Amino acid sequence: MRPVASEADSGDAAIAFRGVRKAFRGHLGIGRVVAVDGLDLVVRPGEVFGLLGPNGAGKTTTIKMLTGLVQPDAGKIRLFGKPPSDPAARAAIGFLPENPYFYTYLTAAEFLDFYARLRGLGATARREMVPRMLQRVGLAEKATTPLGKFSKGMVQRLGLAQAIQHDPELVILDEPMSGLDPIGRRDVRDLILELRRAGKTVFFSSHILQDAELICDRVAILDRGRVITSGRLDDLVSSQVSWYEVAIRGALPERLPATVVSRDGGETLLRVDEVESLEALMAAVRASGGQVVSLWPCRETLEDLFLRKLQHPVHDKVRTR
Amino acid sequence: MIDGLAARVPPPWTAIRAIALNTFREAIRDRILYLLLVFALVLIGSSRVISLMTVGDENKIIKDIGLSAISIFGVLTAVFVGVSLVFKEIERRTIYTLLANPVRRWQFVTGKFFGLLAVLALNVTLMSVALFALLGFRGASPWGLLPAVLMIGIELTIITAVALLFSSVTNPILAAVATAATYVMGHLAWSLQLLKARVDSVAGSAFCDLVYWVVPGFDRLDIKTEAVHGITLPSGFLPLAIAYGLGYAAVVLFVACVLFERRDFS
Repeated sequence: MRPVASEADSGDAAIAFRGVRKAFRGHLGIGRVVAVDGLDLVVRPGEVFGLLGPNGAGKTTTIKMLTGLVQPDAGKIRLFGKPPSDPAARAAIGFLPENPYFYTYLTAAEFLDFYARLRGLGATARREMVPRMLQRVGLAEKATTPLGKFSKGMVQRLGLAQAIQHDPELVILDEPMSGLDPIGRRDVRDLILELRRAGKTVFFSSHILQDAELICDRVAILDRGRVITSGRLDDLVSSQVSWYEVAIRGALPERLPATVVSRDGGETLLRVDEVESLEALMAAVRASGGQVVSLWPCRETLEDLFLRKLQHPVHDKVRTR
Repeated sequence: MIDGLAARVPPPWTAIRAIALNTFREAIRDRILYLLLVFALVLIGSSRVISLMTVGDENKIIKDIGLSAISIFGVLTAVFVGVSLVFKEIERRTIYTLLANPVRRWQFVTGKFFGLLAVLALNVTLMSVALFALLGFRGASPWGLLPAVLMIGIELTIITAVALLFSSVTNPILAAVATAATYVMGHLAWSLQLLKARVDSVAGSAFCDLVYWVVPGFDRLDIKTEAVHGITLPSGFLPLAIAYGLGYAAVVLFVACVLFERRDFS
């Protein structure tokens, strides 16, 4: 893992948000709806940073402010020390929006060529780069196919090629795994890990926590426009066993050294926090004539942290294994 | 901090050229353009038939119908393509990836403007070639029509800028209505001078003057009648008319860029 500097020190940060706030007009133009409220966040160069949160948490607005599409009402945003409105800041980034939609009248090769032209690449460089990028995202055979005939997964892959073709220092991805099949998600994950190995910074938003857990160095959880927790995954989510889940069939002891998670027919799922209580529970179940069907050692996942921070207790959820 | 970021920003014309080329591609791959072009060419071709049914100089009638067809179908192209140019980019969210590049918003608007202008130049050229060929085939010299074609081009430049301005701030239907209204007002601007002569109040008179000078003076740029009938234009008319048209379009484009600069894409 890379060393992470103090959040207060944002001088050489890849991304820095300082007290950023953004509100939009409400329905029918009445009132203001706060999308992002006092956002403070620092992303160091070389990090893979996940911005997590439920729908409507403010993730997309945050990313739009980062790419200069939306102006904040208050606060400061910096990309490598420059405001997003400065083209020099945007020269260092690659961006893939959520559910991208591209020009359907262009072929895949023309599409990449257009974005390379926008970045001022010469004809020779473009001729070399476009087929290479199409190859990299597995679309080499679709070079002359119009994008109107592309599937969602193919559009996503082409969008990724567009975001990284100029070798940016920072890649910003808004829900890159959204709507993809498991193979597509794995490909995106692999690409992000490849970017990390190349020393690039990746900032992405997601509500697919499994993926975030696999690839992020640090995460921030956003809810109603505020960061409710942020930090290194290792610090936020313990790798040690934190509790046990025990499934019991039949009669339950009168006094349970455990919490009931769920009941389903004759089976009860219990949560036990201490290993000592586990031994006591086993003995009590035997004495009451019940039967231990299964026992799982559990550690807190990012999903548990997410639900806990959003005040949806883990106990309320029925686990499926 | 990464060194040399500013050096990675390409010169402004790079993005303008790329966006103009993309806009041109979009328009020439759109069926509506071909539909309009075919209608115009059919009308120019059929002017020979119409001239047979009309009393008067056949060549003059062909010239009159031909120039009107070039003007009307050029305006229709500018309005139909122009009003959705920016709106479509926002509606389909293609602008998100585009503006995340080192592209300034004014470069985007200007690129769109020149892209549509290139489409109109191609359209007007094709229609003019058809008209000139028809006249040449009948043994009539078409070259006297060139200034009129040039003025149609100037008029289309203004309409393109106006369509782009409305497209930057509202939806295509409203933008089409507003652009068409501007076109009609521009052609009827002379009537404001008549109205002014009949208005007694100073405020009313000033208002007529204001509107007269704010709306594009299409009536003053229209020299189709002079071209068809071989009437000599006042000395210095063409350079002045060109300067006025390009200046007007530049101001409208500037306003469009300013308004677009302030937009949030939420």
